[in-house]
Amino acid sequence: METYTLIVLTLAATIRVATPLLLAALAGMFSERSGVVDLGLEGKMLGAAFASAAVSAVTGSAWAGLGAGVAAAVVLALLIAFATITHRGDQVVAAVAINIMVAGLGPTLALAWFNIGGQTPQLDLPGQRFLALVWPWEHVAREHPFPGLLYAELLSGHNLVVYFAAALVPFSAWVLYRTRFGLRLRAVGENPLAVDTAGISVAGLRYQAVVISGMLCGVAGTYLSTAASAGFTRDMTAGKGYLALAALIFGKWKPYPTLGACLLFAFTDALAVRLQGTPLPIVGVIPVQFILALPYVLTVLLLAGFVGKAVAPAAIGVPYSKEK
Amino acid sequence: MCPPATDSTVTGGTAPALELRGIDKRFGTVHANRGISLSVARGSVHGLIGENGAGKSTLMNIVYGFHQPDVGEILVGGRRVHIAAPHDAIAAGIGMVHQHFMLVENFTVLENVVLGVEQGAVLARSLAHARGELEKLARDYGLDVPLDTVVSELPVGVQQRVEILKALYRRAEILILDEPTAVLTPQEADALFKMLGRLRAEGKAVILVTHKLREIMAVTDRVTVMRQGAVVGEVATRDTSPRELAEKMVGRAVLLRVEKAPAKPGEPLLAVRDLEVRDRLGVARVKGVSFDLRAGEIVGVAGVSGNGQSELLEALAGIRAPARGAITLGGHDLVAQNFGPRERRRLGLAHVPEDRLRMGVVTKFSAEDNAILGYQDRADYQRGPLLNRASIRADCEKKMTAHDVRPALPLLRISAFSGGNQQKLVLAREIDCDPQVLLIGQPTRGVDIGAIEFIHKKLVALRDAGKALLIVSVELEEILGLADRILVMNNGEIVGELARADANEEKIGLMMAGVKEAHA
Repeated sequence: METYTLIVLTLAATIRVATPLLLAALAGMFSERSGVVDLGLEGKMLGAAFASAAVSAVTGSAWAGLGAGVAAAVVLALLIAFATITHRGDQVVAAVAINIMVAGLGPTLALAWFNIGGQTPQLDLPGQRFLALVWPWEHVAREHPFPGLLYAELLSGHNLVVYFAAALVPFSAWVLYRTRFGLRLRAVGENPLAVDTAGISVAGLRYQAVVISGMLCGVAGTYLSTAASAGFTRDMTAGKGYLALAALIFGKWKPYPTLGACLLFAFTDALAVRLQGTPLPIVGVIPVQFILALPYVLTVLLLAGFVGKAVAPAAIGVPYSKEK
Repeated sequence: MCPPATDSTVTGGTAPALELRGIDKRFGTVHANRGISLSVARGSVHGLIGENGAGKSTLMNIVYGFHQPDVGEILVGGRRVHIAAPHDAIAAGIGMVHQHFMLVENFTVLENVVLGVEQGAVLARSLAHARGELEKLARDYGLDVPLDTVVSELPVGVQQRVEILKALYRRAEILILDEPTAVLTPQEADALFKMLGRLRAEGKAVILVTHKLREIMAVTDRVTVMRQGAVVGEVATRDTSPRELAEKMVGRAVLLRVEKAPAKPGEPLLAVRDLEVRDRLGVARVKGVSFDLRAGEIVGVAGVSGNGQSELLEALAGIRAPARGAITLGGHDLVAQNFGPRERRRLGLAHVPEDRLRMGVVTKFSAEDNAILGYQDRADYQRGPLLNRASIRADCEKKMTAHDVRPALPLLRISAFSGGNQQKLVLAREIDCDPQVLLIGQPTRGVDIGAIEFIHKKLVALRDAGKALLIVSVELEEILGLADRILVMNNGEIVGELARADANEEKIGLMMAGVKEAHA
């Protein structure tokens, strides 16, 4: 029964870790499916994490924080869009510039506004954070660990953003494959010239896609600072944006496989945390640094070995112009 | 957002379907269209002919809303229209089939047709509606297309039908086809022309943009000739001849047939024995081919595109390793000795590849850099460890003058040259080292009439100088015009060999379809 509890708890942790990854990866999916490389996931998330924590700290409302986070990420997304869609700048350079800018700007503004070492104040008042929602009869369920614990830990006990992210997967798949917008989005990432000759604005579609990406990054960033933790700290995204991008590629730019990739990455992360200090048979205690590196090592291996056949949207990374 | 327009036609009266008045367009210093007026009647096929760079495509792109004219107006069915974007052109009932298809490769036919004219935010209804409509269109016009197949799995001829269906689904009354036969086999082209006839009978106006005289003569009612951005003539097709049109296009008299003396074949220079070439999947594409290539003769390889000619050419050039067989040149077995393109070049074998833009040139390089590709190690191009720029430039200028490459600007990017001028430069590069054997794939693909004449004359001159030439071409006319001996390939085999004197289109056509010589 001990092992069972351990497994359930690890899976519950997996869900929590996967949430921001999934939100960012789906954000990237919309952007990249339209043909815009989304290396800016990291910066947009970090910017949103800061904005939401700051606003939540000042107003005392997590929802106001969410609004600010989404707005901040959308503004950053629009900056990249203006540089790369309107002025046909290089998508990678523009996004990396934003990432670097945000990494410095967040702590700087935090220092200027709150004066506590580049962080935002701790969010410890009720209403400042998105807290876990407890489902009905959770306590009853816990009394019968099997299958009650599954209900209590995996279904119940998460905050609103987690459920939102979960619902977003089928919704994204529906949008992408079953709607007019999705058809056009996929088309513009494959052959923008065909979209243009069909009488649809390429720039308009790409702006829409980039704004959607910004909004979802906003939610992801908000989750990091106001749900998963209680405030903004320097570099708190810690490469999750890039990891999300890796999951997106591993998931071949498709919603459900991307969900799978996010869960896999998150699971290794959750497992790494569990394994810290736990002696394993034969190898004994694994140094903590190695365990923490596990998700990233796995990423490299997966991307190198298994996604050789992943076909990116054909027009990705190429600014559109009518003249070839 | 925009369901297919229903009121796009203005019926009644005798107003032309499309009328252009005084269209003028400049790109920087290039005056692409000079005061062009053009009128296309309903129920007619109107040819627009001119050499590459004559301004045909610019004009059609203006009609389709890709470019804005500086001056001039467009009338559809007698009414002035403002076409600011393709969207407006579609709404005005104008459809365009581009030379490079505007299809999303990984979409199904149905999805491609619906894209841009969906009805409502959810797809299912649009797709169902389009399916019904398309099945009806397919019946009416004989445009059979598998609706649920992914476009990239369809042959180009079928992809073109998808483009036409797209236009018809958008209720196009005016259909513009830009160089539609460039990617088609002769049979596919004939099917297309038959279809255009049906569209004409339905009262549509069809504009056929091409530089092939044969097509103009075969299907059009009227023809407009463009040269250097201006209209230089408009006539009823039955009142003109290919010769007259060619002269108008080029601005001088041109020879449509190559004039040459009988060949005087000498020693075999290249011997191919039992050559087999497989593709990446291990499928044999060339199956036990043997032939000799003699000094002073041109051997033409005819065949429907995709019957092993490309693989044969690549194996001979050293780009593709054969599975078995021998290629003998100058006393060496190129296969056994594993000679690559560089060694073969040293032995006097030059190669003008079929796909110029992919294998013949680096499109982003200047003309002078392209003019030394593959020969960049030559001593006179070197200065110590560096390239001798002065010598390379002088050399390129020399080649440009000798081969009439225009403009003669060595520093201009190769992609800024017309297809004909690119090809002349590639040919100049390949024959500069005086090769004994010359392999030429599609000598005049994407090349305008003036340049075709030049290239054909040059090839005959090389033959007369005692070189051995192997020409692979899908243009039967070209093979018949140039070759002294014709090999016909079908399904990877040489199904027949004909001396030029014994060859005619019918015989070769039968062999191309796989009928062996004995039965022909």
